[in-house]
Amino acid sequence: MQRNSASEAGSARRDPRRGRSTWLRHLHHVVTSNPVTLIAFLLLGILLLAAIAGPSLVPYDPLATSSRMQLKPPSWQHWFGTDQLGRDVFSRVVVAARLDLMISVAAVALSFVAGATLGSLAGYFGGWTDRVVGRLCDTIMAFPLFVLAMGIVAALGNTIENIVYATAIINLPFYARMARAEASIRRNAGFVQAARLSGNSDLRTLAVHVFPNALPPMMVQASLNMGWAILNAAGLSFIGLGVRPPTPEWGIMVAEGANYIVSGEWWLALFPGLALMLAVFTFNLLGDGLRDIVDPQRRT
Amino acid sequence: MARSSKLAIVGGRLAEALPALIGIIVVTFLLTRALPGDPAVQFAGPAADAKSIAEIRKSLGLDRSLPEQFVIYLGQLASGDLGQSISTGQPVLNELVTRLPASLELTLAALLLSITIALPLGILAATRPDTWIDHLCRLVTTAGVSLPTFFTGLALVYVFYYLLGIAPAPMGRLDIVMLPPPTVTGFYTLDALIAADPATFRAALAQLVLPATTLALFTLAPIARMTRGAMLQVLGSDFVRTARAAGLSGRTVLLTYALRNALLPVITTLGMVFSFTLGANVLVEKVFAWPGIGSYAIEALVVSDYAAVQGFVLAMALLFVTLNLVIDIVYTLVDPRVGGEG
Amino acid sequence: MTTAPLLDVEGLTVSFATRNGTVTAVKDVSIAVAKGETVGIVGESGSGKSVTSYAVLRILDRAGRIAAGSITYSGIALADADESALQDIRGREISMIFQNPRAALNPIRRVGQQIEDVLVQHAQATRATARDKAIDLLRLVRINDPESRHSSYPFELSGGMCQRIVIAIALACEPRLLIADEPTTGLDVTTQKAVMELVRELTRARGMATLLITHDLGLAAEYCDRIVVMEKGRVVETAPATRIFRAAADPYTQRLMQATPRPGVGVRELLPAEVRTAMPPRAKFNDETACEHPPVLAVSDLVKAYPKGSPGGWAFWRKPPPEATEVAFRAVDGISFNVASGESVGLVGESGCGKSTTSAMVMRLIDQTSGTILFDGKDIGAVPSSDFARHPDRGRLQLVFQDPTDSLNPRFTAARAIADPLHRLGGITRADEARTKVELLARQVGLPLDLLDRFPHQLSGGQKARVGIARAIALSPKLVVLDEPTAALDVSVQAVVLNLLVDLRAELGMSYLFVSHDLNVVRLLCDRVIVMQRGRIVEQGETEAVMQSPREAYTRELLAAAPRPPV
Repeated sequence: MQRNSASEAGSARRDPRRGRSTWLRHLHHVVTSNPVTLIAFLLLGILLLAAIAGPSLVPYDPLATSSRMQLKPPSWQHWFGTDQLGRDVFSRVVVAARLDLMISVAAVALSFVAGATLGSLAGYFGGWTDRVVGRLCDTIMAFPLFVLAMGIVAALGNTIENIVYATAIINLPFYARMARAEASIRRNAGFVQAARLSGNSDLRTLAVHVFPNALPPMMVQASLNMGWAILNAAGLSFIGLGVRPPTPEWGIMVAEGANYIVSGEWWLALFPGLALMLAVFTFNLLGDGLRDIVDPQRRT
Repeated sequence: MARSSKLAIVGGRLAEALPALIGIIVVTFLLTRALPGDPAVQFAGPAADAKSIAEIRKSLGLDRSLPEQFVIYLGQLASGDLGQSISTGQPVLNELVTRLPASLELTLAALLLSITIALPLGILAATRPDTWIDHLCRLVTTAGVSLPTFFTGLALVYVFYYLLGIAPAPMGRLDIVMLPPPTVTGFYTLDALIAADPATFRAALAQLVLPATTLALFTLAPIARMTRGAMLQVLGSDFVRTARAAGLSGRTVLLTYALRNALLPVITTLGMVFSFTLGANVLVEKVFAWPGIGSYAIEALVVSDYAAVQGFVLAMALLFVTLNLVIDIVYTLVDPRVGGEG
Repeated sequence: MTTAPLLDVEGLTVSFATRNGTVTAVKDVSIAVAKGETVGIVGESGSGKSVTSYAVLRILDRAGRIAAGSITYSGIALADADESALQDIRGREISMIFQNPRAALNPIRRVGQQIEDVLVQHAQATRATARDKAIDLLRLVRINDPESRHSSYPFELSGGMCQRIVIAIALACEPRLLIADEPTTGLDVTTQKAVMELVRELTRARGMATLLITHDLGLAAEYCDRIVVMEKGRVVETAPATRIFRAAADPYTQRLMQATPRPGVGVRELLPAEVRTAMPPRAKFNDETACEHPPVLAVSDLVKAYPKGSPGGWAFWRKPPPEATEVAFRAVDGISFNVASGESVGLVGESGCGKSTTSAMVMRLIDQTSGTILFDGKDIGAVPSSDFARHPDRGRLQLVFQDPTDSLNPRFTAARAIADPLHRLGGITRADEARTKVELLARQVGLPLDLLDRFPHQLSGGQKARVGIARAIALSPKLVVLDEPTAALDVSVQAVVLNLLVDLRAELGMSYLFVSHDLNVVRLLCDRVIVMQRGRIVEQGETEAVMQSPREAYTRELLAAAPRPPV
């Protein structure tokens, strides 16, 4: 009984569908009731600022080398110190935000679109569509995902686009499975049957009635997945795939800095590593916050 | 539930691994042959001339049709022929077999470590929601999935090796001055124990601690998170309420009723955790110069040694399928409902 | 009653901490249960009846808290007892049985062990003797073959059997008070009767007191000595069961009692007197009219078979009985019936009898295995279900769903839900035209126009039911299938919806096929009734004739199983 009233109260709180002003008010409510989500939104703002305006904000050219300024620790001139070629680490970290975010956003967008389409078709129609999509996902998931990404980049060629494709492919099963589950739960829901009784064709029912209801949990998944995609892309460049020096990118900067850790030059690896962590952390927090909004009961 | 039906289900699980196996072989084949670029050029390496490329093309059967090539590939796999590594000149299979124990020792040590920490942490957090332990659990899980493993590894090296000097140099499985113990399992720590050689055991363990901790920090998060979630759900379920209403002691309710049920989804999640672990393993091996198959693959990638990379991908996939199979069988044996309900 | 009651709840107030602040679920409730007495707590959803019972055993959710009041059980103050004292009382002195018995048992522990756990916990047996005692208990709750059932898992047992196990656990240590929280909700009427009879017999034999929590006034009146009626967290009336139907003092109880369907009472009499209107004229059906007009629906030799071992994959059709999984399962096994123009026919049976599968085939939501379905003389059974969405007869053949919440798209407003069939099938493209029609329909089903722009979660259960009905009648259908349209509603809302359906049928000249498990409800709405069991038609005839003098044993069993409030 109290469970009923709780879920009713819960559904009353989640209403991303009532028009713009209520949506904003709702966002305001969520952000103020959970300060952690507010922090996540602020961090996201900083990341986006760095990604969009980074190159024009930084004090130094991220590629400019200087033989006088090699391996200098953090100072007022160089907040994050300088690297082995005398480049400003701060400038490189800020400028790298654009590339890192672009790789992961592109990868997540690709796998979201492909996965959601394949998955909801499989979940709604079942039968052979389901078997083909299921087999595809199973095959991808039969590999340790990072290892598969390594293999794909090695085979397709060592470029940034291929990093994006590889990351998209290894993320695909998550979206496809989720969309499949959401669609097949709703396939037999009363409102979907009612849509068919009202004369909606199967595809229209799927697009108008099933998919929009599956979207909120998928968005949460996308946000949580962003962090993972960033980690994967950075991991690939850490082992020397995709991004080539001297392009500033967090993974490769940590890899270059790794050689200096044992001799005590910590700032080379620390700052790009922290930036990476912060980005992943932001998307994870955001995902948790979104999950609270979408489904307050599924908090874990 | 008759025992024979359980056996049949286990047999069924083994059979179900077959499509995955076929999928893996097809994908690795496609990765080597059917993708843009000339595999012969790739296999020959950057220094090859036109003649040697033509030779390789013929020896690889690349002048034949794709299905024919696939049959040849299957034949090669069946005879354990994964090709030659151009950088070392050794057969890829030999290299992988020699290096596999190092990777396994690291992975298993990390998993053991993370499970022993994550399970109690998750259980405690679920039974005491909104206390400090719950907040700690949430912090650890959020931080754990946000930390790039290679970065954690470097941080640990900096603190424990450079600053505190209590850890050995991050240079492989054993100090260069020491001899590895006689091979029994291939795991240096176990082999040293078997050989009753405490000095080598201590040295091997000291080398293992940092990389295993790095990997464990990463895998801790999903296990703790899942345990907490599953426990919370089970503790709120109707049958736990029944058990409480029947006056069963808190211990019985928690262990016999709640935990056993909560472990089922945790066992399922372990599959995903293995996937993460084997991936992160590659990065950790690079950071600690750990001579496993991951660092072998990275070295091969640098010199475009494709036979080695594909052999590595195949080996990792087979390892992962085996681990998943073990999980499936354990699950089948633990959950009475599997196979009972149509 | 001169002696102190066994259980004495005084001024109990329970509050829940939610994100929106503290919610008081139970306010100042006082209930006394004497030794050996059976007391019923009756109320609609949200009345706080279950919360009250959980508070007694102190098994509230973590968010729940006893804010005020005392709970005294034979001299012990339970409201502030510590956890170890409570553990000795739970199961030993007071035990509890729950609704949804399958979920109430540990899914991966053998049922016998679950009984043994309780015996050992309360030192009623050692591990060595517990097995025999558990088997005795299984025998006591009439489980066939108790020795082998001892090692069954809950998923291997039917819902009724699971409830017997839960009862065995509750009675294992011979407690003096049994709390039964909706023990038969979700069970079939015949199983429901068997379970209630068992509880009554066992508690009487042991001189136990029982606290029965239920939404079903009829059930409470039949089994309880005294009834406590709750509304919105408060007790509104406490009276002996025999008096509550004859002379309820509280207006809420009167309304609740009046709305409960029972023999000898027409559909209009379920409503409060002040809102009652005259009954619309009822069309008469005899052989002559049936000959003049062809039937709206003529079903002959309809079969739906599922292949061996297949779970079917159709939500309307639930789990097959265990014995049927081996052979090809025939959910519907060769049935034939007609629905005449303007007629209302009831299709009655217990879960798994094939009534919902039949309605899904008639609605062309799934394909039949064999047999013909004639709608208005046309063979719609020949049109595959996947093509029927765009069929010209789609709009004339509509369905009202069981669960009004589930049947409305959470992202569509009420107006959009009602307009959907108008746009798709009614040829209406202009928004203002659709709006006019939607408002007309809303007036017809008594839905206030200002609710039209709300989303389902902002509507009450009754309002959602009205939206579903408005959508079904939007295209003036000839035949409407009502699939348990009131099963998810509280009785007072059910009364209103049933009356609305009666009026709409008269107004629009529709035919109804009313699918239900509840003969008392079917009787209110239907001219004829068809009784189904295991995919076949057992009996059909004029409703009153079947109810008054059933020819088949199964129909008699169904009728006898329905709770019979003292009138």
